[in-house]
Amino acid sequence: MSLLEVSNLHISLRTQDSVVKAVRGVSFSLEPKDTLAIVGESGSGKSMTVKGIMKLLPKAGRVTDGKIVFDGTDITQFGERQMRKLNGSEISMIFQDPMTSLNPTMTVGKQIMEVLHEHKKMSAQNQKARAVELLSLVGISSPEKRFGQYPHQLSGGMRQRVVIAIALACDPKILVADEPTTALDVTIQAQILELMKSLQDKISTSIILITHNLGVVANIANKVAVMYGGEIVESGTVDDIFYEAQHPYTLGLIASIPKIHEESVTLKTIPGTPPDLIDPPAGCPFAPRCDKAMKICHLRQPENKQISGTHRSACWLQHSMAKQAAEKEEHHE
Amino acid sequence: MSEVLLEVKNLKKYFQVGKAQTLKAVDNVSFQIYKGETLGLVGESGCGKSTLGRTIMRLYHPTDGEVFYEGKKISGSVSKEENHECCRKMQMIFQDPYMSLDPRMKVVDIVAEGLNSRNSSMSRGEREMQVVRLMEMVGLQKEHIGRFAHEFSGGQRQRIGIARALAIHPEFIVADEPISALDVSIQAQVVNLLRQLQDELGLTYLFIAHDISMVKYISSRIGVMYLGSLVELAPSGAVFDRPLHPYTQALLSAIPLPDPRAEKNRSRIVLEGTVPSPVNIPEGCKFCSRCRYATDECKKSTPQFRQVEEGHWVACHRYANQ
Repeated sequence: MSLLEVSNLHISLRTQDSVVKAVRGVSFSLEPKDTLAIVGESGSGKSMTVKGIMKLLPKAGRVTDGKIVFDGTDITQFGERQMRKLNGSEISMIFQDPMTSLNPTMTVGKQIMEVLHEHKKMSAQNQKARAVELLSLVGISSPEKRFGQYPHQLSGGMRQRVVIAIALACDPKILVADEPTTALDVTIQAQILELMKSLQDKISTSIILITHNLGVVANIANKVAVMYGGEIVESGTVDDIFYEAQHPYTLGLIASIPKIHEESVTLKTIPGTPPDLIDPPAGCPFAPRCDKAMKICHLRQPENKQISGTHRSACWLQHSMAKQAAEKEEHHE
Repeated sequence: MSEVLLEVKNLKKYFQVGKAQTLKAVDNVSFQIYKGETLGLVGESGCGKSTLGRTIMRLYHPTDGEVFYEGKKISGSVSKEENHECCRKMQMIFQDPYMSLDPRMKVVDIVAEGLNSRNSSMSRGEREMQVVRLMEMVGLQKEHIGRFAHEFSGGQRQRIGIARALAIHPEFIVADEPISALDVSIQAQVVNLLRQLQDELGLTYLFIAHDISMVKYISSRIGVMYLGSLVELAPSGAVFDRPLHPYTQALLSAIPLPDPRAEKNRSRIVLEGTVPSPVNIPEGCKFCSRCRYATDECKKSTPQFRQVEEGHWVACHRYANQ
């Protein structure tokens, strides 16, 4: 049984005079010890998807359809109270910006103890011991001293370690990391990625990693879901995505990263900009920017087709008739 | 060697913080930029790369040292005419396309602001024609001339910023992290646009960024900064194939590659600790507290920034005898 099973998730956001369909039919599953990376550009719906799962959507947001099953329990209809028991203990989250996700008026030790107090009902003494233990687990030197310090006394990398310590305080089954290294420098990013990998080995949590950096994905993930225009357009193992990618968007994304060990030629780009999700296109969301687009792509949404045991792609090119149709259209022109 | 366009000599920019503390943001930096090239400047946040760019652009007064443009001194106090001339020849593109455009101005006014201040006699129609030409040059639709900045996406806004910088035909452009606020596929679009404009207009760029792999695509030479000083400067191929300074080596090794198989077998130099505060910089080599080759000599004396191969400069004691 999967640890987390999301099927056909739809999320809408109300704005002043319109509705943004931010997530449109997302399905995926997470097994124990998996690291699933959700990649996509800003506005592709990757953050909204996990916020929808954790019931942390902004006020204007609502899950309009779909089913979320966590560890055998259907949590789709869970209210805030029920969710509060899960969040922080069973599922916890690391946010992008370590500068703003900590409370500036509390010592870091207190902030870790707060989670333990809420979920574990430990004695104050045990809480403190556990907090110090967690600080040393995430690689903070002299944890007793750091325990009494405030966030502003720590560097960005250290703060992100504290955020990770808080997230891990109750041994969660799933750790959701929303762009955990985007605000950090590359050398610090390397430290944090090493830390997350070693922690996963030690305490065997599943990780959902949201990022737009494909280098980070290659480094840490074993499964990848590529999102575009509120949908998962391609998913599979890291090898499927990096070496056997089928969807034109995934291919374009990989081609637009500069390769540091190749001679510099003009970078490949994807022309145009992402679709407007207030009025999403009837067909494939990527069709207007796709150089392989056929007539059907603009008219009807492609089916999410199984390519191999682990690999799926939502693209009309996977259809058995695609080759004939493309040739026919070429002939027509 | 081609002609030197801009020369920076022993440039220093210190800021006073608190009562008796000095933050050495740029500390004794010297280099040259040749006509028509792109010099990439990389380093982690707080290393002083933006301060360096801004000091060259005369947005800050240098504490010490000089900047020469085509052999003429442009730092410190200059005459009004010279100042005017500098402003025309040098322009800047900023990092955040959301903050660098006035939300209450239409695109036509943003792009034409420079034109107005240069040439007040220009007629309305002529001005508009110029703006349309610029917008087409950077790949924006001319129908959008009357829109406000918030009606554009991040990549399009950065194009507006570029059009504004190009309005008065500059020769030299300082681009301060022009792509870091953009998505990957949009970053590639903007980098390609900058390269294409360079070919068409013969521009010279100082390209500041923290993403060293993107810098490689656009730069002919790359300078690496650490805590206010240049630690390495070389043709971009050499920086990637034969990095000499231990910091450059660590920086390159820290970049995660978009190749899972290579990532699995890669041995990485993970730097311990974090960058020391630029307020009290350790004595000797600035990098010695995190360097795996550090010796006693490194803790005592500051290494000279010297040329160890043709065009390859490095500040490290390990190459002192070459």
